[in-house]
Amino acid sequence: MNSHKTIAETEAEIVDDFKLLESWDEDAKYEYIIDMGKKLPDLDEQYKLEENKIKGCQSTVWLVADYKDGKINFSADSNSVIVKGLISMLIRVLSGRTPDEIIAAKLEFISEIGMRSHLAQTRSNGLLAMVKQMKNYALAYKIKNAAKV
Amino acid sequence: MTSSAAIQKGLDIHAIRQQFPVLNRLVKGKPLIYFDNAATSQKPQVVIDALVEYYSGFNANIHRGIHTLAEEATAAFEATRDTVKQFINAGAREEIIFTRGTTESINLVAYTWGRQNIGAGDEIIISTMEHHSNIVPWQMLCEEKGAVLKVIPINDEGELLMDEYKKLLSPKTKLVSVVHVSNALGTVNPVKQITELAHAAGAIVLIDGAQSSVHLDIDVQKIDADFFAFSSHKLYGATGAGVLYGKRSLLESMPPFQGGGEMIREVTFGKTTYADLPYKFEAGTPNIADTVVLKTAIEFINKIGKDKIRQHENELLKYATTQLEQIPGLQIIGRAKEKVSLISFVIDKIHPQDIGILLDNRGVAVRTGHHCAQPLMQRCGITGTTRASFAVYNTKEEIDELITGLHKVIKMLA
Repeated sequence: MNSHKTIAETEAEIVDDFKLLESWDEDAKYEYIIDMGKKLPDLDEQYKLEENKIKGCQSTVWLVADYKDGKINFSADSNSVIVKGLISMLIRVLSGRTPDEIIAAKLEFISEIGMRSHLAQTRSNGLLAMVKQMKNYALAYKIKNAAKV
Repeated sequence: MTSSAAIQKGLDIHAIRQQFPVLNRLVKGKPLIYFDNAATSQKPQVVIDALVEYYSGFNANIHRGIHTLAEEATAAFEATRDTVKQFINAGAREEIIFTRGTTESINLVAYTWGRQNIGAGDEIIISTMEHHSNIVPWQMLCEEKGAVLKVIPINDEGELLMDEYKKLLSPKTKLVSVVHVSNALGTVNPVKQITELAHAAGAIVLIDGAQSSVHLDIDVQKIDADFFAFSSHKLYGATGAGVLYGKRSLLESMPPFQGGGEMIREVTFGKTTYADLPYKFEAGTPNIADTVVLKTAIEFINKIGKDKIRQHENELLKYATTQLEQIPGLQIIGRAKEKVSLISFVIDKIHPQDIGILLDNRGVAVRTGHHCAQPLMQRCGITGTTRASFAVYNTKEEIDELITGLHKVIKMLA
């Protein structure tokens, strides 16, 4: 889905979107995130398994990775619509990339759009764990590929 | 001020607010509205000053040195013990043990009295609305000793089912450990009656007073509790200081909690004899500074008057309840007849965390989640709530802001 843009370009795109929102009221950023959360398709119930669950202290994230033609496609869901909106951005940036691209991604856009606090320990919302898990999948597929060669 | 003047009769809330420097700050560009008081209260300037005064004026290790600073620090530390004794109407100052907080106080009892007195097949009774800190220590003890944990159920309003409690009591019951006021529901439990029934069955009673000590008049002798635990930081004091009250005869019969300095009478490599109460349970250098200023915090409360504070907080509770009830899709969790100024609620199809994030974005601090009471949440059929808890410095106008915020939040999330 991201074949024509690099991770850095997609991140820059998101940062630009948020810059436009800054002139609006304090809720504009969250309205945008909530909107993205609502638009992200719900994960099919069959994938909402314990093994796909990343449990935060408050909200839960489900993450599924699918490896095809050298690229990883992610699908995910959360019971918090704000977390789901943040997930939607992570998917936009990381899904459809090669393991190497995902491992190297710095994901600085999260700080740049002022959402860094959602990755902080106190939020305990499973988002930080989700980013780690996405990178773990990338690492696992990379190792698996290396073993095949 | 016209509308709030009536409810704040007798208390100058404006003057009280000025004593809390943090209330002047902005959060996300908005004046802070702090409704997370059940987690920890904010600190008045007198408490902050007392901390500075301690460290800049007479910091020393207590009970040991014979120099002036050590004497002054010891006197201040022990003065807090007297103040706490009065605050909860304990029978003797030796019955006041300083700990790090409620959690440590409960663990102290579990590790000492519990290890000594609980055996295989014995039963410990707690309630459905306990904080994890009054569940886990007993579970650990039961596991170790082969004892059984029994749980008093609640009704849909969030009140203990006293008839069920009576049925749970038996000669096997060794301890009843219940919360005075629920941190998630606000329910005030009938601790005097609970204690009476437990004693009639031959069990001893621990009351978790973490939430009650700031809101209610505490009289441990009237309750007749064997143990009563609370923390300083929820009553306008500093973090890391707390109290375990225990009846002298029980405390004397118990083995020490931790070994170390301060708690000994004489140490040889052959045998150590222990110090008298309360020092037997205060091994090592205690949290002197934060314990010293607990006295200041209690004096702050006493100066305003607990009854006046309670009256103000009750008005806030009543007002908030009426306002919240008018929000479509909102359900208040915990509708006990006797409540403190704390409201938990859920809103249809909206995750509490999303409510918390969006309210924070408006400068309103609430607590969301399971409130360290997962079994209670399971009983209520939910995974968490949003909780607003009020303190002496909160106002009706702030509640109006919360309500306005909630309407906006619902609009955004629906």
